[in-house]
Amino acid sequence: MIRDITIGQYYPSHSVLHRLDPRTKIMGTVFFIISLFIGNSILTYGVATLFLAIMIKISKVPLKFILKGLKPIIILLLFSVIINMLFTPGEAIVSIGFLHITKEGIRLAVFLAIRLVYLVIGSSLMTFTTTPTALTDGLERLFQFLKVVKVPVHEVAMMMAIALRFIPILTEELDKIMKAQAARGADFNRGTLKEKVHGLIPIMVPLFIAAIRRSNDLAMAMEARCYHGGEGRTRMKPLVYEKRDYISYLIVLAYFIGIIVLRILL
Amino acid sequence: MSIIKIKDVIYEYLKRNEQGEVEESVQAVNGVTIDIEQGEFVAILGHNGSGKSTLAKHLNAILKPTSGTIYVKEMDTKDDSHLLDIRQTTGMVFQNPDNQIIGTVVEEDVAFGPENLGVPTKEIWERVLKSLESVNMTAYREHSPNKLSGGQKQRIAIAGVVAMEPECIVLDEPTAMLDPIGRKDVIEAVHELNREKKITIILITHNMNEVIDADKVYVMDHGKVVLKGSPREIFREVETMKSYGLEVPASTELAYQLKKAGVNIRTDILTKEELVEQLCQLN
Amino acid sequence: MSIKLENVNYFYSQGTAYEKQALKDINLEIKKGEFVGIAGHTGSGKSTLIQHLNGLEKATSGTITYDGQDIYKKDFDLDSLRRKVGLTFQYPEYQLFEATVFEDVCFGPKNQGFSEEEVKERAREALQLVGFPEELYDKSPFQLSGGQKRRVAIAGVLAMNPEYLILDEPAAGLDPIGRTEILDQIKKLHDEKGIAVILVSHSMEDLAHYVDRLIVMNHGEKVFDDTPKNVFAHYKELEWIGLSAPEVTYIMNELKEKGFPVRTDIIHMEEATKEILRVLKKGGERQ
Repeated sequence: MIRDITIGQYYPSHSVLHRLDPRTKIMGTVFFIISLFIGNSILTYGVATLFLAIMIKISKVPLKFILKGLKPIIILLLFSVIINMLFTPGEAIVSIGFLHITKEGIRLAVFLAIRLVYLVIGSSLMTFTTTPTALTDGLERLFQFLKVVKVPVHEVAMMMAIALRFIPILTEELDKIMKAQAARGADFNRGTLKEKVHGLIPIMVPLFIAAIRRSNDLAMAMEARCYHGGEGRTRMKPLVYEKRDYISYLIVLAYFIGIIVLRILL
Repeated sequence: MSIIKIKDVIYEYLKRNEQGEVEESVQAVNGVTIDIEQGEFVAILGHNGSGKSTLAKHLNAILKPTSGTIYVKEMDTKDDSHLLDIRQTTGMVFQNPDNQIIGTVVEEDVAFGPENLGVPTKEIWERVLKSLESVNMTAYREHSPNKLSGGQKQRIAIAGVVAMEPECIVLDEPTAMLDPIGRKDVIEAVHELNREKKITIILITHNMNEVIDADKVYVMDHGKVVLKGSPREIFREVETMKSYGLEVPASTELAYQLKKAGVNIRTDILTKEELVEQLCQLN
Repeated sequence: MSIKLENVNYFYSQGTAYEKQALKDINLEIKKGEFVGIAGHTGSGKSTLIQHLNGLEKATSGTITYDGQDIYKKDFDLDSLRRKVGLTFQYPEYQLFEATVFEDVCFGPKNQGFSEEEVKERAREALQLVGFPEELYDKSPFQLSGGQKRRVAIAGVLAMNPEYLILDEPAAGLDPIGRTEILDQIKKLHDEKGIAVILVSHSMEDLAHYVDRLIVMNHGEKVFDDTPKNVFAHYKELEWIGLSAPEVTYIMNELKEKGFPVRTDIIHMEEATKEILRVLKKGGERQ
């Protein structure tokens, strides 16, 4: 079950999207997400769909793989769609007792679903096409200006990179611990809420100990490899904007302005 | 010329009980003196808790001796101004392959050390490619380390150290968590580095099979060096080795058992070829 | 009285890009009281196989029966299966979590719903079975040595009073003394308590020394299932799949090849010594 989570994973391939500078992809994603909240008509979402579809096509990441990433948000999605459908005041279409499904409700629910789904797809497309290291590098560079106000940008980025590296390892560890405790008769689904919470102790304690043990080891390994903060560090893959990045910025900007124009005109 | 000089090193730590009170002080390393020559392949053998890993962590200044001195190429490990030089000179590979890989892509991990040293980008690339080549992992350059086997991960960790162009590599039980194939690959890679690049190797292990081809073996027990010599000289002391909780190669053991049963056979045998040759002469 | 697998197949992540068949048409019966070894290189399917034996993983197809009862039937009590078939993973000490050794071992029987008295009784018995010193019962498990921690973890499973005990590399990472101690203890459990033991190991020496029957896995298939002696006679085939025979077997084969007339079906040191002495003596008489 835990193995199936694809959000935040990298999908190795050689598409143009993979080769873009991470900063371009981060900014592109940010603009795309904003555009989803600016859009408010079928036409704007049509354009957004087209844009997203082209990006997916270019990325060479299989659609099936991308859609699998939606699995964890299905509950959230259904919940908010139903709430919106039922509790938006307006012209009722169907009424069951005191519940009214309104036209406005359906419209809102559909838009909300589109926003949520596209938001997840858009941002996972970014992580699928960007290695976690490149991603944190990009963030580090984009937030460089915060250094002026003494924010430890490099350190935060390094922590993020390490977290991303260890998430799969710790999920695997979690899977194993759960199985091991299940083999000792633990049942994580039985009992009252209080008992369930209590039942997490046999999982969380070993997991935390494992995480601490690993971080101790890792800190030692990093020191042994001469890590001493961001000072004087060079890069194997320094971030340099290339022609394709400028073109991409132009495309994203054109799309973004297009959405704004559509919103104003309609 | 000696590259590492360990002189009268004692490492003491305080053992505390659950209340945080000091129960006793333990000498994990208790008066060790070793000279390691440039280009040598040295093995340090000992059971768990013999102090071999603690000693290893002294060699690139992760730990500092309570008393005594360690010189890495004339640099005292207690002198912090040499810290980066010392760590660049003696690289270190640890036991758990997962816990020493920082990068999420193989090549980026190998680059981590050179990046810290401030090596220019172009040279980083050259070093990364060369290092991966030296451990036969070039094909996995763009892979995620998570999908690799333990032996492959450990070879990536070795490449990461090689990319810092060290003169000496200390490997602290690098095969303890690997399966037999992974073990063999890692040990072969280490020997190749020693042969081809003349890198001094210090291999910490409790597995006797891995020290057969070493130039020199030090056996540790209770924080002290209790035996030293060539693998042949060490392993012929079958009873002594067993008393330190260690095994000897099957061929050595068999020769020893035959000798005990009255067969006139040499006991400084290491390989099955030698044993077979000896026995065929007898028959 | 047995665990029986019939035509068991298992696929990982079915229906995705990462789909992989981890078990291929496995047929297998393990009887009560046996001492079985499982060998195979990493990824051969042996870990997946053992997780089927106590129902932690569910076969994609095929049937598994415990004492003749289908474990995938709706009314089958999976909890009781996990109780009867105890399993410890590699590095089992990583699952310890309680404040004291004793409480940790109590976790299993407590989950089974025994009275407090009985829980304690079982924990005590289990700790005795693995030879854990009584004065350390109230210590935190995290203060123990590697070998001691592992004993506690194994006791944690034994406290459930299983009929079968599956151990995935119980000696991994231990030094030679720790290895021998823990494996001897397991052997004792088998001999004295009659518990069936299924031992997964990479060490051919250990398998030769301890098990009565050896199963070899490769690419999800069962390739050998016989006495260790008979399996190791196929040492060349074992090498093709990344395994080997004990070193003494190689020595005996090499001797034979060089004209030293020894038997080659030998997998133990003592046996090898005896056999060489026998040949030497005969040679002496001839002269």
